[in-house]
Amino acid sequence: MRVTKIDGDPDDFTQNQIATVDADGISKEVRLDVVDRWPGIGDYVIVHAGFAIHTLEATEAEANIKLLREMASSMPEELLR
Amino acid sequence: MKYLDEFRDKELARPLVAELKKSVTKPLRVMEICGSHTMAIFRNGIRSILPEGYTLISGPGCPVCVTSASHMDAFIEMATHPGVRVAIFGDLFRVPGTHGSLANAGAEGAKIDVVYSSMDALDLAVSHPADLIVFLGVGFETTTPGIAATILAAKNRNIKNFAVFSTQKVMPPPLMALLDDPRLKIDGLLCPGHVSSIIGAGAYQPLVDRYNLACVVAGFETTDLLNGLILLARQVGQGQPKVENTYQRVVNWEGNVRAAKMVDEIFESADMEWRGLGVIPGSGLAIREKYAEFDAVARLDITLPEAEEAKGCRCGEILKGMSVPTKCPLFKTRCTPQNPIGPCMVSSEGTCAAYYKYGMDQ
Repeated sequence: MRVTKIDGDPDDFTQNQIATVDADGISKEVRLDVVDRWPGIGDYVIVHAGFAIHTLEATEAEANIKLLREMASSMPEELLR
Repeated sequence: MKYLDEFRDKELARPLVAELKKSVTKPLRVMEICGSHTMAIFRNGIRSILPEGYTLISGPGCPVCVTSASHMDAFIEMATHPGVRVAIFGDLFRVPGTHGSLANAGAEGAKIDVVYSSMDALDLAVSHPADLIVFLGVGFETTTPGIAATILAAKNRNIKNFAVFSTQKVMPPPLMALLDDPRLKIDGLLCPGHVSSIIGAGAYQPLVDRYNLACVVAGFETTDLLNGLILLARQVGQGQPKVENTYQRVVNWEGNVRAAKMVDEIFESADMEWRGLGVIPGSGLAIREKYAEFDAVARLDITLPEAEEAKGCRCGEILKGMSVPTKCPLFKTRCTPQNPIGPCMVSSEGTCAAYYKYGMDQ
């Protein structure tokens, strides 16, 4: 889910820590109390039961896709039939 | 959606299916221990394309399924307390105890609310000041930080009519209990995605060291799953077990330090009863004395009743990977999603529900 708005301070647990996120056009609020890395606007977060638990590492995702593409392109054609 | 569609790309998945076949050089048995993985594997049709010699076993990773019958009985009894309103995640609603479910209790007048988040239960406490709202904590490491944050919020906001009945569980101890059983012969673990984002991939290193077990953390999309299964087969084939992480976009080695700190503030290690596995030392989390005002067990003086499992139900054996739903005499006869007898048929992540939904009759 993509973060569109952030309310709160990462170090102040006495106040609400909330992000507004967009999931395929649906907007909703999620809590940021236990997210591993405080997200920025435009970051993607993994949400579990109303709490963001992880801010996605875009560079890791891109690296993962690149590796998979390399594996795919190195596959001999006869094995794909 | 960004970073989902890329991992569902069939042009990437097709070569991985071929690679999966190539990667199996000796028979292997792999346990997927996460209920979401179980469903994702079925949904993506991965069982149907597994090469000969590759056996997948479902493990104890569905939180509702491993909730003991005595805990269910205690939940139901508590829901009937005068002045108590319980808040639950939806999949707990129809899980049978010895004499019925929370759904039955609700039909007889117990106050039960289904919530999406523990924080919604706190909102209920504000909107129902005359009731004690008890949130039933059923889950693993992924759910616990949110519940800890909710308890802390209740304290900070001075909300007195809110408590949690914690049956929160942690994953490594039951895995060790299973692996100590010589009847369960497995070569590798497909390690959970979201639990691992909290506990870190490093949490599986003791399983490699102690049991020579291949461990691969994987995500939930088609290519994530295929990649994870390929790496497991390679590790087993080469006889070089280790922890590998194919879900780096979400999981790192150390885990979520911020969440761990929050959990440690509120919870402490406790023995916990698991369905099918019994009481496992250190496999649960209890609320610390410092936060006893939010502990429903202390506040309502709850003791766990003796419970009876449904006769003939094999959920316990299925959760341990010792049996499969099709070997249960109740599967698809008396036990169906419409009339579930055991928890593995109730939960959307249960192995029996998955077998039923995806027509695995053999």
